[in-house]
Amino acid sequence: MTSSVVTTAQDPPPPAAQTTSSPQKVPALALVAPSVIALLLWMIVPLAMAIWFAFQRYNLLLPDNRAFTGIANFTYILTDPALWVSIGITLVLVASVLVITIGLGTLLAVLFNQEFPGRGIARVLAISPFFVMPTVSALIWKNMLMHPVNGLLAQMTRGLGLGAVDWFADFPLISIIIIVSWEWLPFALLILLTAIQSLDTDQIEAARMDGAKPLALFRFVVLPHLSRAIAVVAMIETIFFLTIFAEIFVTTGGGPGLATTNLAYYIYLKALLEFDVGGASAGGLIAVVLANIVALFLVRSVAKNLDT
Amino acid sequence: MSTVTLKNIRKTYTDTEVIKGIDLDIDDREFVVFVGPSGCGKSTLMRMIAGLEDITSGELLIDGQHMNNVPPDKRGLAMVFQTYALYPHMTVAENMAFSLRLAGVPKAQRYERAKEVGRVLQLEPLLDRKPGALSGGQRQRVAIGRALVRKPKVFLFDEPLSNLDAALRGQMRLELASLHESLQATMIYVTHDQIEAMTLADKIVVLQGGVIEQIGAPMELYNHPRNKFVAGFRGSPKMNFLPVAIAGVGASGITVKLPGGGTVVVPVRPANVQLGDRITLGVRPEHIRIDAENPTIMGEVLVIEHLGDATSLYVKVAGGDTMIVQAEGNRQVSVRDRIPMRIDGNLCHLFDANDITLPKAS
Repeated sequence: MTSSVVTTAQDPPPPAAQTTSSPQKVPALALVAPSVIALLLWMIVPLAMAIWFAFQRYNLLLPDNRAFTGIANFTYILTDPALWVSIGITLVLVASVLVITIGLGTLLAVLFNQEFPGRGIARVLAISPFFVMPTVSALIWKNMLMHPVNGLLAQMTRGLGLGAVDWFADFPLISIIIIVSWEWLPFALLILLTAIQSLDTDQIEAARMDGAKPLALFRFVVLPHLSRAIAVVAMIETIFFLTIFAEIFVTTGGGPGLATTNLAYYIYLKALLEFDVGGASAGGLIAVVLANIVALFLVRSVAKNLDT
Repeated sequence: MSTVTLKNIRKTYTDTEVIKGIDLDIDDREFVVFVGPSGCGKSTLMRMIAGLEDITSGELLIDGQHMNNVPPDKRGLAMVFQTYALYPHMTVAENMAFSLRLAGVPKAQRYERAKEVGRVLQLEPLLDRKPGALSGGQRQRVAIGRALVRKPKVFLFDEPLSNLDAALRGQMRLELASLHESLQATMIYVTHDQIEAMTLADKIVVLQGGVIEQIGAPMELYNHPRNKFVAGFRGSPKMNFLPVAIAGVGASGITVKLPGGGTVVVPVRPANVQLGDRITLGVRPEHIRIDAENPTIMGEVLVIEHLGDATSLYVKVAGGDTMIVQAEGNRQVSVRDRIPMRIDGNLCHLFDANDITLPKAS
């Protein structure tokens, strides 16, 4: 008899669970819906429009001459050598700024974690470039630092009798890399410094007892501790570095030639200098694909890092 | 052979002196426990021995060699931290063999040594796990293993059991005792836990305010505390202190008058006290008996704590002082009862005005 009671007591739950959960599910969905719809519109509408335009022959100079062209835009753009140059420059730009900001950022984080007089002020100064907007910092670099006549760097090298370097003419991509690194180093430093501060001092002391000298301490204790933060920095920075625009627009304008034209700038050239909406949209879709490929690699490596 | 000698060790931070001249000899194979209230300097002292803190002045000798400026890893010591301080990204075996890796020992040999130690500590099945996948007790064992791998002359333990739950703490205490037995190594242990100190130590060092109050074997400290601080610090519940007046000085000892009028004869020599002096009588809760026939002091029960095997009574006596009395577990008393108590003078301590224990009459 007791067993029958138990079975009847056990049987009802599934339908009971359904009946109790279904009146909860509907309002939950309804409550979530507005934000989901907003997000979908926010994402889907531009994407759909880009896809739509990518298959149109649509030049703003000849707006009447608009028609469906199939994949003509894509074949045209994919066979454009400038596109492949710009993709290469995008990847070089992303990779080198990542290496510089994370490498220097890690070392500076270790440095700024040490006790020294005036550390608070030094930290604020080190972080502050991040607060300057990209256009302004690019202009400062262009006109006050790297300018071959008025620039501080030129004056310094001239003072040493070495002559001046015309940065944007002779080393355009390196100049852009330097400017973007200067802007983003504080971000890496900030994240990595907070990560380093969360390192247990007992662990460092235990390693010291085990015989770790400063370099080994960095290699075996500090760096593994930072791996997670480094992965996060790399991911966030990549998102922004794939679309660097203002710095290029203000300084080199993508030149000389195509020396500093990244994918974002290439699309800008297509859309707003050639007024080729169809071609620019096709380029935009290629940029989406590229971003997804990079994201795939990144997410994988980050996920691996977060697991351990 | 591994001995540690401290000669007038001092530690000063900018302008506060935290260790005020410590002299201590630790013999080979001795288990020494540093105890004291929080902030007494016991951990600092251990860290100075380890080399994690500089020694401001004085001399530290390990095996007779001057060690003041030798880096931590060259002192032949190994330390187990309160938080275990395991390296989270390394496996158990890598954690234990990290010192060997830094010393340049080949990988196969390192793993062999880690396995060997893992066997001693019953960690063998866990060698390839990361610390995050271990329980508190297992992490503790890995931390001990990391110390064992280095075959140190002296083991340092900084409150190693305080992060464990009570049951596990008892078990690890036993394991530490048997480890000491089997390794025959010199060990220095910092704790604030009475039981750990009493059960593990060959020699207890009681510290307060950066100075040593007393050094001695556990029972010596229990039976012959040098002063009121040590008497109050050792034992649980704490020793009771009552203000008393000297009513007579005789050959058999000093007769003191308790608050409430009763007298007790304590067999001590009247070193520097005389008739009429106000001094302090100390008696442990377990040495007070409830005795209706010839009570020495009466008191009113305020709180009763039933512990099962014993009952702690908080009793208010004449003069307003509260005493703790340890009675049998099944003693029938209730709150606000007036109970008669007998204090046996042979088990009492007397402290003079400077809180120094009066010497026992032998």
